[in-house]
Amino acid sequence: MVEPAFLLELGGVVVGLALLARLAARYRLPASPLFLLAGLAFGEGGVFPLLTAEEFIELGAEVGVILLLFMLGLEYSAAELTSGLRRHAPAGVVDLALNFTPGFVAGLLLGWGPVAAVFLGGITYISSSGIVARLLDDLRWLGNRETAVVISILVIEDLVMAGYLALIAVLVSGAGIAEGALTLAVALTAVIALLIVAQRWGHVVSDALFHRSDQTLVLTIVGITFLVAGLSELVGISAAVGAFLVGLMLSGPAAERAHDLLGPLRDLFAAIFFVFFGLSIDPGTIPPIIGIAVLLGVVTAATKVLTGWWSARREGIKTRGRFRAGVALVARGEFSIAIAGIGTAGGLEPELASLAGAYVLLMAVGGPLAAKVVDPVVRGWQTRSAARTAIGRG
Amino acid sequence: MATVSETPLPGLGMRFEFATKGGSRLGVLQHQTGRVDLLIYDPHDPDSVSESLALDEEDARTLAELLGSSRVVEDLGRLRQRIEGLAIDWLPIGDDSPFAGRTIGDTGARTRTGVSIVAIVRGEDPIPAPGPEHGLEAGDTLVVVGTPRGIEDLVVILRTG
Repeated sequence: MVEPAFLLELGGVVVGLALLARLAARYRLPASPLFLLAGLAFGEGGVFPLLTAEEFIELGAEVGVILLLFMLGLEYSAAELTSGLRRHAPAGVVDLALNFTPGFVAGLLLGWGPVAAVFLGGITYISSSGIVARLLDDLRWLGNRETAVVISILVIEDLVMAGYLALIAVLVSGAGIAEGALTLAVALTAVIALLIVAQRWGHVVSDALFHRSDQTLVLTIVGITFLVAGLSELVGISAAVGAFLVGLMLSGPAAERAHDLLGPLRDLFAAIFFVFFGLSIDPGTIPPIIGIAVLLGVVTAATKVLTGWWSARREGIKTRGRFRAGVALVARGEFSIAIAGIGTAGGLEPELASLAGAYVLLMAVGGPLAAKVVDPVVRGWQTRSAARTAIGRG
Repeated sequence: MATVSETPLPGLGMRFEFATKGGSRLGVLQHQTGRVDLLIYDPHDPDSVSESLALDEEDARTLAELLGSSRVVEDLGRLRQRIEGLAIDWLPIGDDSPFAGRTIGDTGARTRTGVSIVAIVRGEDPIPAPGPEHGLEAGDTLVVVGTPRGIEDLVVILRTG
């Protein structure tokens, strides 16, 4: 028999999340930061601590990360990833250099040691493709010319993410240099080999897995994803990488159906994942690091704007479009939290989770807000400076 | 014809755009889901879309038929002389055709085979440049323009649906 208390608590949490999602939708903001806040409230030292549902939420959070990464891999085909890489490699390098560095340096300045600093670098590096995609649609920027630049950068971040997750999995494993290097070499070889297989034979695999029945398809794909994720974790390259690669492998009708069928499942478990991450943070640890989070937020918002601005200029986009491209990329979200989660699970600095939580809260809300005002602001600024030039000449 | 530039948008679809003779920029965003956005770019900011109209697959087909058929009629004479491989044919609508009593749009001729129906011959009166909503009747003869291969396909479609 199931405990009524457990059902009541879980139901209460999920209904609470639904209400928060409605609230977020009213203001056209992403709901994920609110889920994180809810997690803070449910945790130890929070206003409404959970008694029985915590274990389930922890398991759900792990499922959530795997589904998030699987759907990320599903988003783009292997061919799109590799062709995007060729064409926009310079933008990808600038993105990595400008946005990884601030987090990495901040980690070192905080005296965390290089491993935790690499984690913080990843947290500030990766934009939230979920928030950005919704933003582009909401603001009707999908047809804009700079959107191609924004999407290319997101695509490259995906690819970097595969290697990066393998790297941090090795880093937290505490293996020696020789053993760690070997694991990493194995992991990267596996990633590259699977990319090649996905590009050449992805459609063969996808056709073999496809089934008319939705239930059969869901069971097939979820089952294989978990198997590969578990296998990857076993050989030390992180379950997330395995899930990502399964997503990448799928294409054609199997990918389209999987996208529709697993999207809602991902949404449910990703919400639980945010709650769990909030749960794992003691609210008392937030106030001391809030200043650092704000500072890091301001710096890495500026570096993302610069990244977008520079990449858009390379493609011949004018000033207003360059700013739109930059601001669209500012939001950080699910993947930054996923990285921090791997770090916390690996027993890194407890401050990492608090800082990542506060940072993502700021960026997930601040990014979309900035994107809503950037175009009028830049246009007004251009009109004023044009008027000044005219007066100067006259 | 104006130069159409194509931009792939991974995960989203493909964007096509070109400058009209009048100097406006016009674009089409073909989503992977089948949705089509008709885009008009802002004259003051050539990178941004000022008007975006979302069309579902059926709307897009209707628009394509509207734009396609009138242009083909107009260019027909010139095209016949200039383009090798362009075929013109007369196709009857049989009594047993599934499209007797339905419309040109229902056949999906342009989208499925690339073939345009440029006129309907009904009794003594030919109907030039029929729209996609135009009805078909058993005994009609369609005047069609396209590739020989497309026309062969259309013959099969008209017979079997």
